[in-house]
Amino acid sequence: MSSLSLAMRDSTTMVRRNLLHARRYPALTLNVVLTPLIMLLLFVYVFGDVMSAGIGGGGADRSEYIAYIAPGILMMTIGTTLVGTSVSVADDMTEGIMARFRTMAIHRGSVLIGHVAGSVLRSVISVTLVGAVAVAIGFRSVDATVLEWLAAFLLLALVALAFTWMAIAVGMASPNGEAAGNNAVPLVILPFISSAFVPVDAMPGWFQPVAEYQPFTPAIETLRGLLLGSEIGHNGWLTVVWCVGLAVLGYYWSKSLFNRETR
Amino acid sequence: MTTTASQSLAIAAKGLRKSYGEKAVLDGIDLMVPSGTIFSLLGPNGAGKTTIVKILSTLITCQADELYVGGHDLATDPQGVRASIGVTGQFSAVDGLITGEENMLLMADLHHLPRSEGRRTVAELLEQFHLTDAAKKPASTYSGGMKRRLDIAMTLVGSPRIIFLDEPTTGLDPRSRHNTWQIIRELVSGGVTVFLTTQYLEEADQLADRIAVLSDGKIAAEGTAEELKRLIPGGHVRLRFADPVAYRSAVSALNEATTDDEALARQASSDGTRRELRSILDWLDSSGFALREVSRDDEALTLRIPSNGGQRELRSILDWLDAASIEADELTVHTPDLDDVFFALTGGLNQPKKEAVR
Repeated sequence: MSSLSLAMRDSTTMVRRNLLHARRYPALTLNVVLTPLIMLLLFVYVFGDVMSAGIGGGGADRSEYIAYIAPGILMMTIGTTLVGTSVSVADDMTEGIMARFRTMAIHRGSVLIGHVAGSVLRSVISVTLVGAVAVAIGFRSVDATVLEWLAAFLLLALVALAFTWMAIAVGMASPNGEAAGNNAVPLVILPFISSAFVPVDAMPGWFQPVAEYQPFTPAIETLRGLLLGSEIGHNGWLTVVWCVGLAVLGYYWSKSLFNRETR
Repeated sequence: MTTTASQSLAIAAKGLRKSYGEKAVLDGIDLMVPSGTIFSLLGPNGAGKTTIVKILSTLITCQADELYVGGHDLATDPQGVRASIGVTGQFSAVDGLITGEENMLLMADLHHLPRSEGRRTVAELLEQFHLTDAAKKPASTYSGGMKRRLDIAMTLVGSPRIIFLDEPTTGLDPRSRHNTWQIIRELVSGGVTVFLTTQYLEEADQLADRIAVLSDGKIAAEGTAEELKRLIPGGHVRLRFADPVAYRSAVSALNEATTDDEALARQASSDGTRRELRSILDWLDSSGFALREVSRDDEALTLRIPSNGGQRELRSILDWLDAASIEADELTVHTPDLDDVFFALTGGLNQPKKEAVR
């Protein structure tokens, strides 16, 4: 068997193992969409009036705020899903079976690839679930073509992939699941200090550069542009740069952690 | 050792060294394990047994003059080594989140077995390890013994030619232990090589063709169980007394018998007795067993007289006991076993407290 088909086969087996974990413990997947769902409902129905008054210069109503917040909530969903990834990677690394995998003639990267594919897939499922709720409470795209919807979907998948590599590295660098849960908190905090809930212009001046150039803001602005027709500008390529950078960094970090010699 | 010879052996290591910082864990280990044999590594906790298993199973690196497993050079072809080995480590290497059967099927997939063959192998192994009833339950709900059995069964899925078992029966009940021994014997009869570490000396004695005793990062001795037992004079006759008074009188009789001629002369006992004792002592000296080396254990009320357990020596001892009017409640002949070898070679921290008579 060629090394490529060997890699494919072992990776597929490992992906199946991860999906089996997810299917056996659906609570793991459901828990991670709970936070973004609560945020969505809270910001729309509890703080909605104040928030919409804040963004639209007084004239905006609740449905406009749903439109404003939904892209941010979708990106946030990826963040919370990936905290789950960090936790499960950290737990998996402490499992005895990891030592067994290392003594088997399998493709070395398949363990990581299994986690990556499983994580991206869970992210997509989570985003779809949360997106469906957003549509149910009134989110509608503005003049978005099929191509733009497709691009939006690919954007979400790209962000999920890039952050997944970071989440995996964080999980591997953590001694156990609890520690990984704490170490991955930035993935949940970053969306709050992005343009997800309020525009960057509404933040204090000294903070605006931080909010504007952190990875979530360009991704959210690009998603808004695709679905709502707002200006994308430099946010498109900023998003791609961030994603490639994070994916490469996370990939090499994870790889070196995985090949690190255990005692 | 030529390279060709090393490649025909299942495991061939020369000058294997491993250190963590300044501390040398393994300091020049040589191992030669012929194919189709059971090799057992004995040693106290912390001697480096698990480190050797980890090195030979490609988990950690080391320095070595020469290191071949299954004919593959460990330094240049670790994947080749991995393809020929199966490892059951000390801590259970099962996926607790999925069922026993799913764990087994995972192994079948990773060994690239065709689906139907994989299912058949898995079903057979589950049956062989008495796990069929528990096959559909998550592995995390298994008892320690069941996890252990699943662990070994998973190792066997790919029919490896060389199997490493790091303390495979630790935590198993006697019945499961004997089952495991039986399975190991069957494997070897099928041509598989087994590299076994254990802390149970009986296990090594029962199973291993060759045994190496590891102490302080070095091989202290290597050979068959019989060869190792011959290395040390551990045989003795053990006298146990139920009554402390009888024990004390035996000890004093022993003291009298082993004091020198001057002390003998000072004794108030009759000429007959003294002469008798004298002649017995001479006789004992000529028959080669030394009362002077008797050791005693005051708490257990036992005396240990060094002896090879031969008929002549036993008679001498019995005659002396009669002459000295010592009547022990229990007399047992103890031939050297691996415990003696182990304690003698590894510094004997756990040796029972003994005290010389004089």
